Amino acid sequence: MLELDELSVTYRLDSADVPAVRGVSLELAAGEALGLAGESGSGKSSVALALLRLLPRSAVVGGRVMLDGEDVLAMKWGRLRAVRWSSASIVFQGAQHGLNPVQRIGDQIAEPLLVHRQASGTDAAARVRELLAQVGLPAWRARSYPHELSGGQRQRVMIAMALACGPQLIIADEPTTALDLMVQAQVLTLIRQLIADHGISLLMISHDLSVLADVCDRLAVMYAGRLVEVGPSSEEFRHPYSQALAAAFPTVGDPASRLAPRGLAGDPPDPQQLPGGCAFHPRCPVALDSCATSDVQLRASGTDRTAACVLVGE
Amino acid sequence: MLEATDLRVEFPGRGGRRARAVDGVNLSVGAGEIVALVGESGCGKTTLARTLLGLERPTSGRIAYDGTPLSYSGRALRAFRRQVQLVLQDPMGSLNPRHTVYEAVAEGPRIHGLPDEETVVSSALARAGLRPPERFFQRFPHELSGGQRQRVVIAGALALDPKVLIADEPVASLDASVRGEILSLLLRLRDDLGLSALVVTHDLGLAWNIADRVAVMYLGRIVESGPTEEVLKNPQHPYTQALLSVLPESPERIVLTGEPPDPTRIPAGCRFHPRCQLVAAGNGKPECSTQPLQILPAGTDSQVACYLATT
Repeated sequence: MLELDELSVTYRLDSADVPAVRGVSLELAAGEALGLAGESGSGKSSVALALLRLLPRSAVVGGRVMLDGEDVLAMKWGRLRAVRWSSASIVFQGAQHGLNPVQRIGDQIAEPLLVHRQASGTDAAARVRELLAQVGLPAWRARSYPHELSGGQRQRVMIAMALACGPQLIIADEPTTALDLMVQAQVLTLIRQLIADHGISLLMISHDLSVLADVCDRLAVMYAGRLVEVGPSSEEFRHPYSQALAAAFPTVGDPASRLAPRGLAGDPPDPQQLPGGCAFHPRCPVALDSCATSDVQLRASGTDRTAACVLVGE
Repeated sequence: MLEATDLRVEFPGRGGRRARAVDGVNLSVGAGEIVALVGESGCGKTTLARTLLGLERPTSGRIAYDGTPLSYSGRALRAFRRQVQLVLQDPMGSLNPRHTVYEAVAEGPRIHGLPDEETVVSSALARAGLRPPERFFQRFPHELSGGQRQRVVIAGALALDPKVLIADEPVASLDASVRGEILSLLLRLRDDLGLSALVVTHDLGLAWNIADRVAVMYLGRIVESGPTEEVLKNPQHPYTQALLSVLPESPERIVLTGEPPDPTRIPAGCRFHPRCQLVAAGNGKPECSTQPLQILPAGTDSQVACYLATT
């Protein structure tokens, strides 16, 4: 379905080149849900944008992005336009800014349908009603403006738009980040149900591992522009960075985290000044001397798991 | 230490209706105690925090610090704010981008005319974990990482040597790996300096990480409160039960429908009854929709405002 092969993204700034993504290879099977986790600056959002070539001109993209056997990075504009929305679509975070404030919800959902000539006039209106029902909104909401909706409802509208042209892949970038706990649960339930009902593949990006583990079959963790671990979401992480990230969101009721918040010393690295060796070594609680000089690539670390750490073996 | 009694805060709402943001709250924060005030957006938790800081005047009820009721004269407020300090969320937004770290932290001591400004600033930065402090004096917010900026905001609050910190979502805008360090800092300030804190958050994991006591707020009222272990491991109120059930680790989910309702239209009876899963399942009592509940007292024991709770 989707295959990333040594994807790299470098932002050309006046002063310097900033490597945001440094060789990411990933596969996503049809109907599979994959979670991509990482902190700010890890390159996770650059990956999402690179998939549909939505990056600014200053970004240089390398490697290959194969979507259903076609290289997205080599597509002509016309083909790319057809692929966006109808083969793969994106749900962005912050539903505040993703919607046009002066256009009715229904018209905004209908727009991709009309642009891609998947429906016309009355058909489009019927399809909009159907889509609103799928995301749990009443049909009369088609006549509302974005400001009349709550944050959770706006996020539902964004999901309806992403579903409009019947894509096989949905890329969701922090779809629940600004939402309240209960509304987040509602939206996650909706996403889980939609991908199951329609057999859609999902690439979900978040800084919150617990949210990803909730929806996705497999989890990939990024640090400083690279994948450090990929494995099934039902198992424990083995890379020290993924473990620290998981521990940062405590399990309520777990005595080990009671009055003992856990995190990492230091801050995520500046992509312009990446540490040598393993990029994580300055913050790693179990780093060896050799980690400062030798870099480790992703390698097999148990069944269906790869990790990039000298301390994590087969 | 800091206590709110029968506090109500109303705002003029749309169409002449009054929004009852805080609608009868008793809450106390004891010396050296960390209390988490938990709720969804719009439940009134931020208004309650602002009122506890003297930034908002209550419509009725009172705030007391160390047993003395807060009066709203300029002089009294100034004295009060040396004791009770605010830590804002989003340090990028709350720090002036054109002020150095030194100026940001020195602002409070200058307003209050504290002597020996440089020592005060340097010790506040050190206590907030920015060491050596002199190295940070001339830095600007954009030169710092998110975690360091949040430490500067905390140092600004510590500079006045307060007894109580009120922190509104202190880690919501921080990276996951940095969050633990800031929460550890709050715990350390309590252990080393005996600071009390009221932490306003929607994050139950945060409450589990640092709070001694949890108060759960829904639509202007505290619906359940008590020691963290009791409230989070054995919740009695259906709303608290629902909030905990949607955490990823929970085996069974109770996803409430709808969004938190409007504080201009607070339902009669128990304010939670239109969304209550027990009422929806037909297990409600007649009084759920007719009889207003008593306001919970400000005690430290477990208590719950619900007709259906067994204890």
